[in-house]
Amino acid sequence: MSTPNAAGNAVADALSPGLKLRKNRRRVWRPLGVIGLVVLVIWILVAVLAPVLAPHDPLAQQSDRFLSPSGAHWFGTDELGRDVLSRVVYGSRVTIPLSLLLVVCSLVIGAVVGAAAGYYGGWLEMLVMRTADLVFAFPAIILAMAVVAALGPDLTNAVLAIVVVSWPSYARVARGLVLSSRNADYVLATRLLGASGRRSLLVDVTPNVAGPILVLATLDVGNAALLLSGLSFLGLGVRPPAAEWGAMVAAGASNFDKWWLGLFPGLAILTLVLAVNFLGDTLRDMLDPRTARAVIQ
Amino acid sequence: MSVLDVSDLRVLLPAADGLQPAVDGVGFTVGEREIVGVAGESGSGKTISMLALLGLTPPGARVTGSAGFGGQDLLALKGKALRDVRGRSIAVVFQDPMTSLHPMLTIGRQLTEHVRHHLGVSKRAALDRAAELLDLVRIPDPKGALGRYPHQFSGGMRQRIAIAMALGCSPDLLIADEPTTALDVTVQAGILRLLDRLRTENGLSIILITHDLGVLSSVADRLYVYYAGRIVEAGPTSNIIQQPRHPYTQGLLNALPRAESGLTPIGGTPPSLGAVPAGCAFHPRCAFAEASCTVDRPELVDGLACPINPLVSS
Amino acid sequence: MRNVLTWRPRPYLKFVLVRLGALVLLAVGITLVSFILTNLIPGDPAAANLGQRALSDPAIVAAFRHQHGLDQPLPVQYGKYLAGLLHGDFGTSQRSNRPVSDELAEYVPATLELAITAVVVSLVVGVGLGILAATRRNSWLDQLLRVVSLAGVSMPTFWLALAAFFVLFYKLGILPGGGRLDPGLDPPPHVTGLYTVDSLLAGQWDIFGNAVFHLIMPALVLAAYTVGLLTRFTRASMLEVLGNDYIRTAHAKGLPGRTIVFRHVLRPALVPILTVAGLAFGSLLSGTVLVEQIFSWNGIGQYAYQSALNLDLPAIMGVSLVVAVIYVTVNFVVDLLYGVVDPRVRLQ
Repeated sequence: MSTPNAAGNAVADALSPGLKLRKNRRRVWRPLGVIGLVVLVIWILVAVLAPVLAPHDPLAQQSDRFLSPSGAHWFGTDELGRDVLSRVVYGSRVTIPLSLLLVVCSLVIGAVVGAAAGYYGGWLEMLVMRTADLVFAFPAIILAMAVVAALGPDLTNAVLAIVVVSWPSYARVARGLVLSSRNADYVLATRLLGASGRRSLLVDVTPNVAGPILVLATLDVGNAALLLSGLSFLGLGVRPPAAEWGAMVAAGASNFDKWWLGLFPGLAILTLVLAVNFLGDTLRDMLDPRTARAVIQ
Repeated sequence: MSVLDVSDLRVLLPAADGLQPAVDGVGFTVGEREIVGVAGESGSGKTISMLALLGLTPPGARVTGSAGFGGQDLLALKGKALRDVRGRSIAVVFQDPMTSLHPMLTIGRQLTEHVRHHLGVSKRAALDRAAELLDLVRIPDPKGALGRYPHQFSGGMRQRIAIAMALGCSPDLLIADEPTTALDVTVQAGILRLLDRLRTENGLSIILITHDLGVLSSVADRLYVYYAGRIVEAGPTSNIIQQPRHPYTQGLLNALPRAESGLTPIGGTPPSLGAVPAGCAFHPRCAFAEASCTVDRPELVDGLACPINPLVSS
Repeated sequence: MRNVLTWRPRPYLKFVLVRLGALVLLAVGITLVSFILTNLIPGDPAAANLGQRALSDPAIVAAFRHQHGLDQPLPVQYGKYLAGLLHGDFGTSQRSNRPVSDELAEYVPATLELAITAVVVSLVVGVGLGILAATRRNSWLDQLLRVVSLAGVSMPTFWLALAAFFVLFYKLGILPGGGRLDPGLDPPPHVTGLYTVDSLLAGQWDIFGNAVFHLIMPALVLAAYTVGLLTRFTRASMLEVLGNDYIRTAHAKGLPGRTIVFRHVLRPALVPILTVAGLAFGSLLSGTVLVEQIFSWNGIGQYAYQSALNLDLPAIMGVSLVVAVIYVTVNFVVDLLYGVVDPRVRLQ
């Protein structure tokens, strides 16, 4: 993710990270955020309830090939006579959990390492942040392609490979936030009262870091979904019979006049990512922008 | 003949619970070559009432009343007509010279852009004029200064530059909003002397806004004292300084450090937007307050908004 | 007072040199990271690049490993690699047996042409729309632009590419469907490797027109993400500047709105915008992997894909290195631009 991330992160970096959600913002009604949340919840339900919701077996080659959308097959059938709607429904079970996995892994590693760097400073900070700079420049998609090529088409491998180069964005933000709140009066006060370093890091600093990191992570889920489905589109995602959105778009690409093959899985990716971005953008707006400046440096 | 004649100015500002009066019916005049002082604590509405004259209030604010200036009502002006007054006939110098100058534009650019826009003079002529103005406000090496940026100057120098910028189009009226508050005492005196000199040499009328009566006593001809969005006392500076009639003015004067008696702060705090007490807004802090003060809102009569007038009779 | 002419350039020169030094250190560090990461990739290059029969012969495998230096300890391999880099030697491709540097020289210009076009489009359109949104804050246009820009950053590049291909080429036939030039046309004489530039240098107007024609669709598709990003970001950055005292000063001077927006607001807003644009260049380079695949654009995106599939380690390392160095160089240039935009950076 490092590079597509980079830009997304910069946005979160510069716009968002504030210390707390703004308390009394007057305009509470945020339609885009609500839409995003609703669509996201729907997608999660679809993933969980896929066996119930899918009208057909996503792998069964049961109908004629290339049936255009109809009452029997709302999204038509594909090149092997499989029901496209069912495959789109089941595809959510690949993209959503793996995107979350990727973000959670990057977040945990990055936040822990970055927070420690910011809190303890010294050679640890130096080592962590320089490593972050170097790793960050490495193109994630190339590493992911190579790892998948070596280990076989399985997005879980790609996820692990991408985590290796995607933690730095979280490390940077976490470090910046820890630095800015470490010296806040109330943290110094607890230190003076005898709280240990680790305790004050966990109890006093963590709440301030959580909000911005959450925004960053939300926006990142969208980037992760785009990157993973992109890899899958290149044939580096799942083993053939399995349903996955990127791979389905690729099948659409080789059967061009059958537009429904590529349209619906593409829309699935778009709506999922759009929902996540609506939500993340709204969360970002709700953070106090005044503290943003402190974090960029 | 007054240059500016404001009456019944009201400004409502958007707050958490709807529009709240920040300026509640004030009137004042500024004569030719006059320095008019406007005093009051921060939040008393003195700055916002001056910004309202030029339509520089924050979005959502509502301004009513009238402000006669050069044969037109400033408060009725919009768009280009209003912009033609701003910077050209009425110029403003803001409080903090560290933030009021653009950090990324050269001094030369900032001193000439409005002059070229309003007067349509050539770049060359505008730069020459800018150098003259910098010389007038005593900036050393005026020509060199034109190519430099604000961060290369000290706070006092920046305030002089801001004043030079305001003078660019030879305005009739200069509104100086706390021009010395952010500066050292020695620098303050220099800026005040400069304003006084501009009045006599350039025929400028000046509104000098400050919370510091000490500053006003040295240069202002007349004073208006604001409290909670209203004018509580008005009159010639010497009269007010020597014999304040309103308890609030007296409190302000007592709050100035003096050699013989030290300083006595006014107890309590000024009311915040939307929480102005009924009756005389000052009554909770006033040592002379009577029962009627909590009910009747005093009008400005003969330069004083205090019907019980405790200081004169005692 | 110091003289204007004597002090102006020196602090900036120092600023440039310090950052240039940092860039060189960063580039060296990146070679190490590339080397480590590439060697962490599991899998045997011999297995990926030799045929079944050759693979069953230990002698051939050993020869392959020896030829590519794979039989030496990793630190030695890295040392040799670094020494080679100093002479512009990126090693030999295990797939084609050609020097990686030759292949990169062939593919990098194509990608740069595509990516630079996309960046220019993104900056012009993204910053323009961002200004529009900021100056009409909370209007219906602002809301619309918000949705449009978020759609831009949410669009799967490969899907957008297919949709564009389907509509503009397959259905309407108004744009070419792939490649850098029409089949049958010869590339212009090689100077920079960018067909648009080279054709202009050679005065071949028809080639230039054809190259531009082929650039439009892939560049626009590639730019969709960054346009969305820059629109959102420009808006936010402008709004932040609008809150400053010096903007109130500009209004008090009676300047027209247009002057205030473009001279007083945009300039300070540009500093964070440039940062994002620099970072976004990285995402453009990643995006080329997908876009080049779809539009048969012979650039490093396709090269990276082929190299990765074949576990061609020298090629993977070479192409990663090039992408990383382009990325940090772009950000170095952005750093320098800070100095140009903000005198406080330049003169301190």
